[in-house]
Amino acid sequence: MSSVAHRKPVSLTIFLTIVLAGWVVLAAFPFIWTLWGSFKVEGDFFSKVDWAAALTGEMTTVETGGRFTGNGYEGAWIQEGFWRAAINSTLVCLFVVTISLTLGTLGGYALSRSPHQYAFWFLIIALVFRALPQITLVSGYLPVFFQFNMWGHLPTAIVVLIAINQPFTLWMLHSFFKNIPKDLDESAMVDGCNRFQAFRHVIIPVMWPGVITTGLFSFLLAYNDFAVTTMLLSQENQTMIPKIASFLGTTQTKGNVMFAVAAVVSVTAPIFVMIMVFQRQIVSGLTAGAVKG
Amino acid sequence: MYIWKKVALTTAFAALSGTTAMAACGIDAGRVSIVGNEFPAIHTVAKGAAACAGDAVDVKSNLTADHQKINVAGMQGNPAEYTTAIIANSSVVTLINEDVVRPLDDLVAAHGADIPKNQLITIDGKIYAVAFMANAQTLAYRADALAKIGMDVPATYEDMLAAAEKMRAMGVAENPVGGAYKAGWNLAEEFVNMYIGHGGEFFTPGTAEVAINNAQGVASLEMMKALTAYMNPDYLTHDSNATNAEMEAGNVMLMNMWGSRMGSLMDDEGAEAMVYENIKVGAPMTVAGGSTPATTLWWDGWSVAKNISDEDATATFIAMKNGTSPSILNDETMSQAVWMIDGYTPAPVNDGVFAAISMNAQPYPMLPFMGLLHTAAGDNIAEFLQGKESAEQALADIEAAYSAAAREKGFLQ
Amino acid sequence: MKHKTFLWFVLPSATAMLLFIFLPLVSIIIQSVYVSHDQVIITVENCGPFGCRESTMIDQEATEALREGNPLGRFAGATTYLDRGHLAVTEVSEAWSASQNWRDFGSQMLNLPFYKALAFTLTYTFVVTPLVIIFGFMIAVAVNSALKNLRGPLIFISLLPMIINPLVGSLILFWMVDARGIVGAALQEFAGNPNLSIKASTPLMWIMLMVYGVWHSAPFAFIVYYAGLQTVNTETVEAAMIDGASRTQRIRYVVLPHLLPLTTFIALMQLMDNFRVFEPIVSFAASAHATSLSWAIFNDLGGETRQLSSAAATSVLTVAWIIVLLTPVLIRTWRDFGRK
Repeated sequence: MSSVAHRKPVSLTIFLTIVLAGWVVLAAFPFIWTLWGSFKVEGDFFSKVDWAAALTGEMTTVETGGRFTGNGYEGAWIQEGFWRAAINSTLVCLFVVTISLTLGTLGGYALSRSPHQYAFWFLIIALVFRALPQITLVSGYLPVFFQFNMWGHLPTAIVVLIAINQPFTLWMLHSFFKNIPKDLDESAMVDGCNRFQAFRHVIIPVMWPGVITTGLFSFLLAYNDFAVTTMLLSQENQTMIPKIASFLGTTQTKGNVMFAVAAVVSVTAPIFVMIMVFQRQIVSGLTAGAVKG
Repeated sequence: MYIWKKVALTTAFAALSGTTAMAACGIDAGRVSIVGNEFPAIHTVAKGAAACAGDAVDVKSNLTADHQKINVAGMQGNPAEYTTAIIANSSVVTLINEDVVRPLDDLVAAHGADIPKNQLITIDGKIYAVAFMANAQTLAYRADALAKIGMDVPATYEDMLAAAEKMRAMGVAENPVGGAYKAGWNLAEEFVNMYIGHGGEFFTPGTAEVAINNAQGVASLEMMKALTAYMNPDYLTHDSNATNAEMEAGNVMLMNMWGSRMGSLMDDEGAEAMVYENIKVGAPMTVAGGSTPATTLWWDGWSVAKNISDEDATATFIAMKNGTSPSILNDETMSQAVWMIDGYTPAPVNDGVFAAISMNAQPYPMLPFMGLLHTAAGDNIAEFLQGKESAEQALADIEAAYSAAAREKGFLQ
Repeated sequence: MKHKTFLWFVLPSATAMLLFIFLPLVSIIIQSVYVSHDQVIITVENCGPFGCRESTMIDQEATEALREGNPLGRFAGATTYLDRGHLAVTEVSEAWSASQNWRDFGSQMLNLPFYKALAFTLTYTFVVTPLVIIFGFMIAVAVNSALKNLRGPLIFISLLPMIINPLVGSLILFWMVDARGIVGAALQEFAGNPNLSIKASTPLMWIMLMVYGVWHSAPFAFIVYYAGLQTVNTETVEAAMIDGASRTQRIRYVVLPHLLPLTTFIALMQLMDNFRVFEPIVSFAASAHATSLSWAIFNDLGGETRQLSSAAATSVLTVAWIIVLLTPVLIRTWRDFGRK
């Protein structure tokens, strides 16, 4: 990429640098602001008098004696038992990601290898399914789940998240498998493997980049979901996002708002780690063609 | 997963039973499952009910802001997931409409003889709910600001406008009036208050025909618009949380606020001493020379599900009775609400609600179709306040939106 | 691939979608053509802590028989679709005959909840989707041309707007854009108007919702394009250069065609997601200024009395609109599919 062919004119380089600098500020600023503010008290971070109070932290000094306070974190994690929600979220994400990837790879592979028209219509119908507003779906589930005593349990929420995530997963993995040359598995089948053996021995070893990328999107969906988890989980099974929403509640109790802010920061931290770890795979996964329409 | 859940629950119960003797409520067995809104007073009630948990008595609760979206579905199954729902006078009718709660007459006779009569909510002669707290929107004001302009505590909305004008003119505050005018439920609630203050009737008596497009309706909207001139320009996004915060920040001097929220306004947290020391609670205001205050009385209470075994119903009744008994009152919980429980000693913060009751304020209408009108009003008033349409048009829109919804729900043919 | 093998491979996935999406979809369609039975209303006396008064209630016994006979409710056909809360055929034709000019007709249409929501939803979709694609592409090119060592952290920062939860993220953003928040104050300074408030003005609220939409979704387009740029065939680019193609020509004839399938994919997903815009309207308390179809569903389900049939009808209309919007993209996909 360093060849002369790719050297850019100076004006373009300047333009791109400006774009990049502007974007970095836009993307990172709200988060950094939140991170900073999570160590302040509500009176400062949500100051009605002067936004600069969030920087100077006058009320924080008055109320807690220091310029920074860990009260938000302490309240969320210890007093309100946020750790329980964290465990629930971990379970939900773990199962949603593994199961939806398993189903998605099988389906996506078949869709990419079938020459028949019904495969196309299958994809289209999956897409139409994805168009349904989630809130409608969830309110449709409620009477049935209560009737069969399924409401409130983690497995129910997991199954629902897997199902509503399938269309996206299938589309993504289907396009990914389309870019793995057919010759690979077909030559294995000539050698006497059946379709499933070919899939297992030839395709699985080369599919990881695409699967990891798709998995990241599944993870984000399960991790960040509010619509499904807030309506389908009972209080002791709550995941992190509905738990944060409950810190806010209908009538806010003083101090609880800062629990929510601290929790928001806490929730984002593991995603940082994930992105850092999988950074290369995400890009290489997509590079291998996960999203080529 | 199951094991740690059980461990967590047991620990929680162990902690509770440390203060209350095991099976103190006299329940042998049964299942108690509470669904309700999420605020401190309801947490206290749920905790009081959980004190009845024992070896064979399972008590759990789901307190969430979304309680109205799940309580009907959660009580329709058989057996119902929730054995009791904590509701208010606006929402009890939904549960009765859907036929998911049971009359409590037998249970009151058997186990609730000591529940004061005024806590029992009877509809058509049958007891459907037990109320435990009262609420109403009343005036909150800054005594120092009124002293500065040399005016008395406003008794009417007209006084409030005059005081606001004077405060603005004298530079006491730029936007001295506050109000929970957030489009949707809050805004509609303010309209309901104002319309009742003007002596309006929402429906043709005995029918579901809406009748608000009249002189009182127009006058109510005009008064609301007049008030908004003295509010923060963002008033359509301000719910009661935001309005309270404005008052604590010292920007708002006069506002109509829920009695249950006064406590947090007057405590020393989140505001400067000059502000919180001067916040006082007044009686609800009247409007347009009327004698009925422009506010509504509310109660919160609990009811028992229909689709559960009698054993569970009994256990639920006793546990909830315990959750709303004098035993839950202590220094911390006393100020959480205007409790209707014996042993409750009112504090100055509650003056407003008691004034509302003594002024014969009207309760929020307990009608099967009121919720539909409330939603319709919440969606259609903002355009008038923004000056995009006339009051008559806004009222006509509310009526049309309500009628479409009422036809769908079978209230209108 | 044999039919039977195909079936086995897609079976688990298809079952999940059948049970949790298809069946609810069917029940929603059924729900939308039914309404509640006529309720028998009786006048009763209600007593409570604040005394007794005359009131009305539903006569449960009288309604019970009707419910037993047909638990779904009363069949209403397309009534709900055509009523004022949805397509409002009567009101639209009245407005048509009563209005003097287009402007007048337009304003009467915008007074109807469905069309008001549709107007914002469509505007939002058609403004945000192209902007997301353009910004995503620009960011991808910029990151791609940055120093190699910087790219890792840059990717990670660029993804931030997408990974911060919209519900809680907008709580903080909502405060930042308040007239007294840091962004709101900066805007006032910039505009030289100390009374400027985003939350009080309909046009500013629309702009803010769209800016938020672009900010939140641009990372998705970015990551897809960034990956795409990694696979641009260097040999083709160099060959084009030897042939004397200018920089613009190389981008126009080599890079852009390569990225076209990616654009299709992004457009497909973004059209769909933007058309269902909902969370920002709730979090920014914007419903006085802007409503969307998904918000209308939320509003129907959120009241004290839930309007299930109305919500179902709006949902079906939403799906129908999305199918219409996606048709051009789908036709393209069909051609691609045929080519393989």
